[in-house]
Amino acid sequence: MITFDGVTKRYPDGTVAVDDLSLEVPTGEITVFVGPSGCGKTTSLRMINRMIDPSGGRILLDGVDVTTIDPPTLRRGIGYVIQQAGLFPHRKIVDNVATVPYLLGWDKKKARARAMELLERVGLDLRLAERYPFQLSGGQQQRVGVARALAADPPVLLMDEPFSAVDPIVRASLQEELLRLQAELNKTIVFVTHDIDEAIKLGDRVAVLRVGGRLAQLADPATLLAEPADDFVREFLGRDRGIRRLSFVPGDGLRLRGDLTVPVSAEVSSVRGTAEAWLVVVGDDGGPLGWIAPKDLPDSGTLAEVPAAPYGTFVRGRDSLRSALDAALLSPSGNAVAVDGSGRVVGVATREALDEALARVADGARG
Amino acid sequence: MGEEPLVRWDWIGRNWPEIQELLADHIIMALVPVVAGLLLALPLGLAGARWRWLYQPTVGTMNVIYSLPSLAVFIVLIPITGLATRATIIVPLTFYAMAVLIPAVVDGLTSVPEHVRQSAVAMGFTPLRRLLRVELPIAVPVVLAGLRVATVSSISLVSVGALVGRGGLGYLFIDGWQRQFPTPIVVGVVLTAILAAVADLLLVVAQRWLTPWSTARSRVREAA
Repeated sequence: MITFDGVTKRYPDGTVAVDDLSLEVPTGEITVFVGPSGCGKTTSLRMINRMIDPSGGRILLDGVDVTTIDPPTLRRGIGYVIQQAGLFPHRKIVDNVATVPYLLGWDKKKARARAMELLERVGLDLRLAERYPFQLSGGQQQRVGVARALAADPPVLLMDEPFSAVDPIVRASLQEELLRLQAELNKTIVFVTHDIDEAIKLGDRVAVLRVGGRLAQLADPATLLAEPADDFVREFLGRDRGIRRLSFVPGDGLRLRGDLTVPVSAEVSSVRGTAEAWLVVVGDDGGPLGWIAPKDLPDSGTLAEVPAAPYGTFVRGRDSLRSALDAALLSPSGNAVAVDGSGRVVGVATREALDEALARVADGARG
Repeated sequence: MGEEPLVRWDWIGRNWPEIQELLADHIIMALVPVVAGLLLALPLGLAGARWRWLYQPTVGTMNVIYSLPSLAVFIVLIPITGLATRATIIVPLTFYAMAVLIPAVVDGLTSVPEHVRQSAVAMGFTPLRRLLRVELPIAVPVVLAGLRVATVSSISLVSVGALVGRGGLGYLFIDGWQRQFPTPIVVGVVLTAILAAVADLLLVVAQRWLTPWSTARSRVREAA
């Protein structure tokens, strides 16, 4: 656990970067520091590994004041990922990753073996190991940066806007990768960003800082979206707060109907009589093929011969209410197809079911 | 009897031992200043990169020294280092080399990207280790570029020393001019040029070998 205890950073010219910051970064979780430029988020991060020393207050790492630890020793025990990766241009990728093990005096063979293991872990082709940083794309370099930070298996990881210099598609995949890694490794991560969407996507907890280095709110993302502490936080969260909040409501609560499915092998005549406006055609493998409107069907033949309308799915037990709503909006029927982890249809969430679930969310927002 | 040929090979054959001696003397007087200049430029360049206020005065002083005509400096030095001694040539050339190399070392060190420096700090490098393992290696291409300039200019400047009695291959110019006999002049010019070309080539090879990450980069740029 990392504890900020009344931490202040005031520069000799009088500028206050961080003002009386007190908060706890729980072990094994991702805590995101987010805020506009000048809010002291990077300064706060850098005070943890003593790249900057506080002018007041204390930072405790598992109860020990960090200013009592010699900086190089402290830093070798804390992983650090920087924007633009900060790789050493004169060292091969494998040696870049092995940097901290080398500093800790591991023998070269062991350090390199560990580096290879990490390159694999962050999803990099091992053939890149013998290349130099400039031969890699920005996204690959950033993965190497993450691998390097993890090389000596530090319990704490500091990430300073690590993904802001790459394009949005690469950024999204790096974010997914980080969440996947974190699910395996359970590091204590402090992540700094100016991007509130990134904060909400990655954070177990989000600390919103305002200009002048004061904490505006510390909460989990769902609470932050539902109950912003003040106008600053509300404004910083931006538009679509209500919709974004649905990402944190599990789709499990949706009532599913099992009677709106029909196998693709069925005769047209067998469904023409139904009163339902739309039915999902299910393929032989159990996956959805699309929606049909029984009243528009031809007179004879099987459903396989009928063109089906587009559909959207959400995975029951994994996806959020937002995904379910999205799936519904992708179908002319306005209903969402629920599938299991292997893509087999388990039922249909109708507009009525979605409406009930949304009403429950709205009810929660009231109180 | 026909016209005097430009090069008389028999003269070269007869005087070969003496030419070799002059060549060796030339190499020593050209290269000792470059090596000494580099050794002195490293700490001064480090200081200039670290304390920026030192940089301008240092480079200014060096530029003033660089602007002094070499012949004048040789003559001024004669009472101290002696007539026709190697030291009379080596001392000023060392300053000339420093004038090129100090800015090269400073530029090399400031070419280290800030995010690279920051990440080295954050990873737990001690300041000395960071300098030796990260900053100086990254500075190498820029320093080597300066070293190539310093080496070639040093090789060419040694000849001027012939006017104060110690100029390596430069002696051949004086000799040929005084006797209105072109062969020694041609030999001196050709050997000086070959020496400069070989020294430069060796430095290019050294750069490729020392900084594969940098030569590979320029190759990629050429391809693009």
